[in-house]
Amino acid sequence: MSVHALPLPLSGTLDRRRFAWPAALLVVAYFVVPLVATSYLLEAILLPFLALSLAALGLNLLTGYCGQLSLGSAAFMAAGAFAAYNFNLRIDGLPLPVTLVLAGLTAAAVGTVFGLPSLRLKGFYLAVSTLAAQFFVQWALTKFGWFSNDNPSGVIDAPKLLVAGLAFDTATGRYLLALTVVAIVTALTVRLVNSPTGRNFIAVRDNETAARVIGVPVLRTKLLAFAISSFIIGVAGVLWAFTYLRTVEPAGFNLDRSFQILFIIIIGGLATIRGAFIGAAFFVVFPLILSRAGSFAFGGLFDSGVLDMSQRIVIGALIILLLILEPRGISALFDRVAARLGRLRGRP
Amino acid sequence: MTFFRSITAAAIAAAVSFGATVVRADEQHFPLQSYRVGPYAAGGTGFFGGFIDYLNLINIRDGGVNGVKLTWSEGETQYEVEKGVEVYERLKSNPGIAAWNPLSVGIAYAMIDRVTQDKVPLLTINHGRTDTTDGRVFPYVFPLLLNPYSETSGIVNYIASKEGGVESLKGKKIVVLYHGSPYGKETIPIYELLAEKYGFTVSQIEVPHPGNEQQAQWLQIRRERPDYVVLRGWGVMNPVALKTAQKTGFPAAKIIGNVWSNSEEDVIPAGDAAIGYTAITTQASGNTYPVVQEIQKVVYDAGKGNLEDKNRIGSVYHNLGIVNGILNVEAVRIAQEKFGQRTLTGDEVRWGFEHLKLDPARVEALGAKDLFHSINVTWDNHEGEGYVTFQQWDGKKWNVVSDWIAPDWALLRPIIEKSSEAYAAEKGIKVRTAEDADAIVN
Repeated sequence: MSVHALPLPLSGTLDRRRFAWPAALLVVAYFVVPLVATSYLLEAILLPFLALSLAALGLNLLTGYCGQLSLGSAAFMAAGAFAAYNFNLRIDGLPLPVTLVLAGLTAAAVGTVFGLPSLRLKGFYLAVSTLAAQFFVQWALTKFGWFSNDNPSGVIDAPKLLVAGLAFDTATGRYLLALTVVAIVTALTVRLVNSPTGRNFIAVRDNETAARVIGVPVLRTKLLAFAISSFIIGVAGVLWAFTYLRTVEPAGFNLDRSFQILFIIIIGGLATIRGAFIGAAFFVVFPLILSRAGSFAFGGLFDSGVLDMSQRIVIGALIILLLILEPRGISALFDRVAARLGRLRGRP
Repeated sequence: MTFFRSITAAAIAAAVSFGATVVRADEQHFPLQSYRVGPYAAGGTGFFGGFIDYLNLINIRDGGVNGVKLTWSEGETQYEVEKGVEVYERLKSNPGIAAWNPLSVGIAYAMIDRVTQDKVPLLTINHGRTDTTDGRVFPYVFPLLLNPYSETSGIVNYIASKEGGVESLKGKKIVVLYHGSPYGKETIPIYELLAEKYGFTVSQIEVPHPGNEQQAQWLQIRRERPDYVVLRGWGVMNPVALKTAQKTGFPAAKIIGNVWSNSEEDVIPAGDAAIGYTAITTQASGNTYPVVQEIQKVVYDAGKGNLEDKNRIGSVYHNLGIVNGILNVEAVRIAQEKFGQRTLTGDEVRWGFEHLKLDPARVEALGAKDLFHSINVTWDNHEGEGYVTFQQWDGKKWNVVSDWIAPDWALLRPIIEKSSEAYAAEKGIKVRTAEDADAIVN
């Protein structure tokens, strides 16, 4: 049926099937998790998972959908986190949602500036030039005490989290807040990638010249991708700082974090929404499972340092194996499994 | 078959060790956010090794503190904040927790809210956030012995004594070479303040983390011709600084190291460039102190020592771990005198720390005479008036070259209170009174 090759408007039945799983997950996340989760699950797993997922979602928009490789994600997270801190500190009574948006806009501005080289550079060359963002932002935040309110050590504390008079300071409260932000931003991102702009992103990624020929404004599209992606990553930075760690220092947003976010989308699946979530889950949960299993099984025999190093070897080996067997990431693996199951159940 | 047998053995060992961490009646638990790998492993293995060795000594020699056994469990952090938080959340449900000792400024910062909520003490011996000294605002945080401001004051007082009194500081020039991190930057304002007070000029130069390239900084130092260079380093930055100083012709005898630039691991890699280098410390190096000897005899000779390399027994980080062990154990002992000889709650141990007074006589009775001077923690002074001394490296070992020196606490206290009160106002914290401190809440 050649008709399926054309981008059809989403039909009602397809809609329902597409959104059934996310909706079910959301219901569980909102109503079941807060009731049953321990503080360990919330503080050490779900909060970093939500912040990293959102950052990966932002980067996936830029790298997965628009094809621009970036190693500056942690810098945009830092820009968002420090912007939120300063807006909150310097403007009295600014509501938290407004702070979030302003922080995102600041990160978007920083991202657009560092996205300018993308107009001339591609691939690895662009990746190297986004490294400049990574080093510049960290340097500026350390160099100018104003960003951290002249705190001598340069470490900032998260403020009280209040939305419309409700305090979100408990672990559950912070989780619900982060979850809401992630859900809203994800929904908007899904809208975006299905819009003409989203298709422009893909056109630029797949063949820049062809995109130009059919009338896609390539320069504008690239800068827009940088801006939107940095906005989302900036908001993720705020979640990381305010809901997860509750303190922030510039060194916490180093190059390792940028690489981590890049690996999340590669492992999870480029150019997919759920890839960001699956990848983040893999990177947050898997090391912990290995660590717990390792210290449970061998804790009496080796010290924690040896266990930690062996974990890294195991994770590295698994990543290599996964990428050889399924280069399109875990998300594609899920698709294949779902297709198999579908066939078993007699679906087309 | 042998493979399966070894697996079985491992499983049994794991089950046994797992069982051991479950607190039975009368055990006091120390969760350790240690780092044994990564860039700062030398500090981590030495410190946590010394701490565990001392806990072991108390268990083996005395059968615990008044019969209450000491237990611990470890989680690797690699000095990273996220891992430190994860380990905190993982271990905080262990019963009978006495106190936390992360040995990392970043992790400690992230834990301040959490321990305050969970009502368990957080110790940052010789480091940490300076204004946590003010126990009125930070009930559960203890920068024991030496906070960064006191350290700075101690170093300036030492330089003054070498020059013949504080009056002679006038017109002198001091360069501070600091690690580009929150830890390194913590003392910038206090050096400025002391320079103004005593009339010397100070020039503060940053070395970006990790600090393995310092040519530019030392050329600048050569141009400025300072009388002294204060090295405020950490890890690899220290030997590189000493070697580069030698290359640019700056004498090691004019370099004064701070409390995280004072270990064997900092000077041995620098070779003869480190000879004559002096550094501040709260606990002397060496294995001649009775308590270190006992650890050697009781713990290591029984094959239960924590350090892999026995040559490190009595090194600076190992001795710091031992001193940290003494302070923790004595706080538990003091709290037991009030609350009974049983497993204490975190808040009861907090009370113990707030009455942790070890005068020189008590320190001697603990076998630690000359290892460290004394401590006197109160409900509002969480540092406890630690004394400092200076040691010089002769190429083989550290030799103590000064008396015990007191930092200028009276000068520092108002600055600390200003900072902590600003924090209390920002966070909406009610400033504690002595009565609040005496009440036990859990």
